Amino acid sequence: MSDLRELYQEVILDHGKSPRNFGRLAAPTCEAHGNNPLCGDQVTVYLTVADGVVQDAAFEGRGCAISMASTSMMTEILKGKTIAEVETMFRRFHQLVTGEDGDDAADLDEDSFEKLIVLSGVREFPMRVKCATLAWHTMSAALKNGGDGAAAGEVTTE
Amino acid sequence: MTLLDTTPGAAAADRLNSLDVEAVRRDFPILHQEVHGHPLVFLDSAASAQKPRQVIDAISHCYEAEYANIHRGVYHLSERATTNFEAARATVQKFLGAKETREIVFVRGGTEGINLVASSYGGMAVQEGDEIVLSTLEHHANIVPWQLLAERTGARIRVIPVNDAGELIMEEYEKLLGPRTRIVAVTHASNALGTITPIEEIIRLAHAAGAKVLVDGCQGAVHMEVDVQAMDCDFYVFSGHKLYGPSGIGALYGKAELLEAMPPYQGGGEMISRVTFEKTTYADIPARFEAGTPAIADAIGLQAAIDYVTGLGLDRIAAHEHELLVRATERLGEIDGLTFYGQAKDKASIVSFLIDGCHPHDAGTVFDHEGVSVRAGHHCAQPVMDRFDVSGTVRASFGLYNTLDEIEALARAVEKAKEMFG
Repeated sequence: MSDLRELYQEVILDHGKSPRNFGRLAAPTCEAHGNNPLCGDQVTVYLTVADGVVQDAAFEGRGCAISMASTSMMTEILKGKTIAEVETMFRRFHQLVTGEDGDDAADLDEDSFEKLIVLSGVREFPMRVKCATLAWHTMSAALKNGGDGAAAGEVTTE
Repeated sequence: MTLLDTTPGAAAADRLNSLDVEAVRRDFPILHQEVHGHPLVFLDSAASAQKPRQVIDAISHCYEAEYANIHRGVYHLSERATTNFEAARATVQKFLGAKETREIVFVRGGTEGINLVASSYGGMAVQEGDEIVLSTLEHHANIVPWQLLAERTGARIRVIPVNDAGELIMEEYEKLLGPRTRIVAVTHASNALGTITPIEEIIRLAHAAGAKVLVDGCQGAVHMEVDVQAMDCDFYVFSGHKLYGPSGIGALYGKAELLEAMPPYQGGGEMISRVTFEKTTYADIPARFEAGTPAIADAIGLQAAIDYVTGLGLDRIAAHEHELLVRATERLGEIDGLTFYGQAKDKASIVSFLIDGCHPHDAGTVFDHEGVSVRAGHHCAQPVMDRFDVSGTVRASFGLYNTLDEIEALARAVEKAKEMFG
């Protein structure tokens, strides 16, 4: 039961039940749809980016507690970050949940990244890692494909 | 097909009592282990069943003592392997109630069997504007091969709807049948909901409309006695691994006159009569559909699995599974906050449900920490999930080795998940 509590920490259960920034933005500059065909999780990430900074972030979708919490927490953290910071965070987050070693990025806002550490429990559950990373892959696709405010990106974990 | 009487009378009850589940469990080495500090409770047999010692030994014995390629060598070992492989085919023939052994084609599993029929029979019988009738209950394996055929030929897929209990709506099915219906491909029992379909009636109506019928028996062959002649289906497929046999082997039954008219599915050795670069003549059935070296030891393992279940008694197994289904339905029904999917009158031993506020994958993870293995997700049957407007469910499926105590463990696991997510 102890490692189960490692996975489902209170803050995750809370974000899973009451996700923050849930809904669509009025005028997003980029968006992407993410899909995990293995479990049917669906998420759409909306971002407003101006002057290379994420001004606002929101999402819609359905999925397990891990994927809902991960997306919810991501949208909270992204606000106010530069694109470069967001990319570094994605890399660090991926290392965090897969347990892979990686470079320690210098330009990271450690305070806000620390909030994501509660999700590190998924590394003990290989089948659930994609639940945690779907949000970030989708956000990354949104930045890549929707940078010009046009086409919405599409991403799948398979 | 004979639907088993699962409400045993006095004599049958005696036989039921004589099914010694503890003795059965001793035949399955894998069941005796702990998961996360709890005894393993394996409730995912509908995905793939565990294997008894008898199957494991049969495969070992094949490799240790009687293995060689078949239908080739003139030497002793090859002859023995060939004899054993063909004996396995005869066992499958008897198991399905087929008239002749040449009506049994060994395939990798149900999926390959359906692809074979869609490609070979479908390719010759289906043309632009023709119709293929499927049902909402189908596994992706009985949808996608037909979609590929429809794309190739310009045929149209039509779908039998289900009611809220998860039963096929037969009046709608009748309306779908018409002069352009070429093939009806329907499951014998739903892997996601457990619904047992009225297959004999489905086949009778299809034949009256001039269509051929393929039955996906991947779940059906596990839970019911099958008699393809009485059923009068044109094709029947099943997978060995769900029947307590090895993976990588299954069988396709086809009526001899249909198989004889069908072109090969894959080319290679074994399936030919004579090859020159100008012209190749194909072997007779079933060899025509068995290109390449088959899964020899696995066919023998499948034979051992069939011998195992028939030895225990298919009716006794069905009665035991029915008892588990009834108990699980009652026991889980006592717990608040559960929604059940699939409440057909005729049901295989599968219970599909959701816990309020708890995504199936979260439930699956919590259950696993209680030692309970269940399937969580869409069960490769997304159309039926869409029908009930859910992305997936938790599915507990019961096999011959499951016990009433294990249903208590399942109920405890549900309570744990509720505690965490409720």
